[in-house]
Amino acid sequence: MGKAKRAHRVGTALRAFAHPTLLLATLLASLAAATEIPLDQRRSGYEDLGPDSKAMQDDDTANPASLWVLDGEALWNAKAGAANRACADCHGDAAQSMKGVAARYPAYDAARARPVDLEERINICRTERQNATPLRFESKELLALTAYVARQSRGVPIAENKDPRLAPFIAAGRKLFEERQGQINMSCAQCHDDNWGKKLAGNVVPQGHPTGYPIYRLEWQSLGSLQRRLRNCIVGMRATAYEFGAPEYVALELFLMQRARGLPMETPGVRP
Amino acid sequence: MARALINVPPKAKRGQVIEIKTLISHIMETGFRHDNNGQAIARDIITELRCTYNGEEIFRADLYPAIAANPYLTFSTVATESGTIAFEWTGDNGFRESASAKISVE
Amino acid sequence: MPVEIKGTTRREILIGGLAAGAASVMIVPAQATPERMQAAIRNVVGEASVKAGKVKIDVPPLVENGNTVSLAVEVDSPMTATDYVKAIHVFNEKNPQANVLSARIGPRAGRAKVATRFRLADTQTVVAIAEMSDGSFWSASADVIVTLAACLETL
Repeated sequence: MGKAKRAHRVGTALRAFAHPTLLLATLLASLAAATEIPLDQRRSGYEDLGPDSKAMQDDDTANPASLWVLDGEALWNAKAGAANRACADCHGDAAQSMKGVAARYPAYDAARARPVDLEERINICRTERQNATPLRFESKELLALTAYVARQSRGVPIAENKDPRLAPFIAAGRKLFEERQGQINMSCAQCHDDNWGKKLAGNVVPQGHPTGYPIYRLEWQSLGSLQRRLRNCIVGMRATAYEFGAPEYVALELFLMQRARGLPMETPGVRP
Repeated sequence: MARALINVPPKAKRGQVIEIKTLISHIMETGFRHDNNGQAIARDIITELRCTYNGEEIFRADLYPAIAANPYLTFSTVATESGTIAFEWTGDNGFRESASAKISVE
Repeated sequence: MPVEIKGTTRREILIGGLAAGAASVMIVPAQATPERMQAAIRNVVGEASVKAGKVKIDVPPLVENGNTVSLAVEVDSPMTATDYVKAIHVFNEKNPQANVLSARIGPRAGRAKVATRFRLADTQTVVAIAEMSDGSFWSASADVIVTLAACLETL
């Protein structure tokens, strides 16, 4: 690879943040408070995909995420833990019992007095109901089960929060979204509220709605969770990412889901 | 655990050209990557997909490290008779996976 | 021996079509093609000439992500028992290895089209070559721009 090309390759990612238009937009945005996207202008990241990626998501037989969904179905029906119990033993047919669940997660867990996301909810069931060991974050099994459960909500609009106990956590998530962080002092809102639709290194900046999680990300060549994607964003912003399972991710997800209320779930989505 | 997903139309008319889609779970490690210690990560890829129609080969592909993970391959064949369309993937480290689908041709 | 035409001469031949008597001319894109890809192509076609045409490559000109790029190759052929595509070979210019895929099809395919997803390490040219039943080779090439994703797990 020629020196010029190598520099181009390395420089592209860095240069994106120094891009004149984006920099100017960022400066302008810093003068005014980040503005929330009007409800009727919201759209899923699916709309920003090229035709090949859209086709990949639309066709279950072409979407690699289907491999995880099938694994998830097998896990749903498999007995596990000291209790020798399958998810199906309590929840029956997932297509019925899990329909709409992912669309209203994260949800408040009274015993813990805080919201939990779907991954944590699955692990709570595993430890408390199946007497099994919890599944590791980003493990094939946890991704498969989460994908299978969330897939049952495909087409269901994301629910508007009606639980007053979640209000402080949504506010915490909003604060994380709007606060500047990291070496380049950027906030999520600056890209995803103020500059969505513009380009960043060859990709369109999406509005950042979690409608398709877990997603098959082309960059990972694998299925991955929202937490993994948020970590990518935070590292991309040159800030320190929280550990997997951190309450910050749950608060952020809760806020993002409310920001996306009404948009239909698409799990499993395909994203660049 | 699901390894492969194949899409073959269950029914077709004799002489009709049908599209076959295949998807298989595999990391397709190129052999060109290095870990954090600078050690090369050994190649681990699927090297061949072979498809037969009632035992006769209708498609064979050699895959190289440039094929993306979870290889997706589509091709077509003429529906000649009812029977079984069988798939076999082979690769590094003794990897072998097979799948099949029945087709009814009238 | 195949003759590699460098520089503008190649472009002239591409525009003017094959000159009469220009035996064993490798029709490749006008910009410099690394040795590796030429060697890989030679491995497949041997001494035969490769003509531009009949092959259509469907690949995005600007990829969404170089790790997973959708690719379809279709060849114009009646696909009869006597006139068909034997194989479709795909090559790339700048990955560590020039080969991407070699698909053997034949008259039973009905349609000479294969699709897959592949990886591109950098902005480069992709070449597809069709091997016909009469021993002839046809090709097409496509230029693809590849950028890095902005939000990654490691810096």
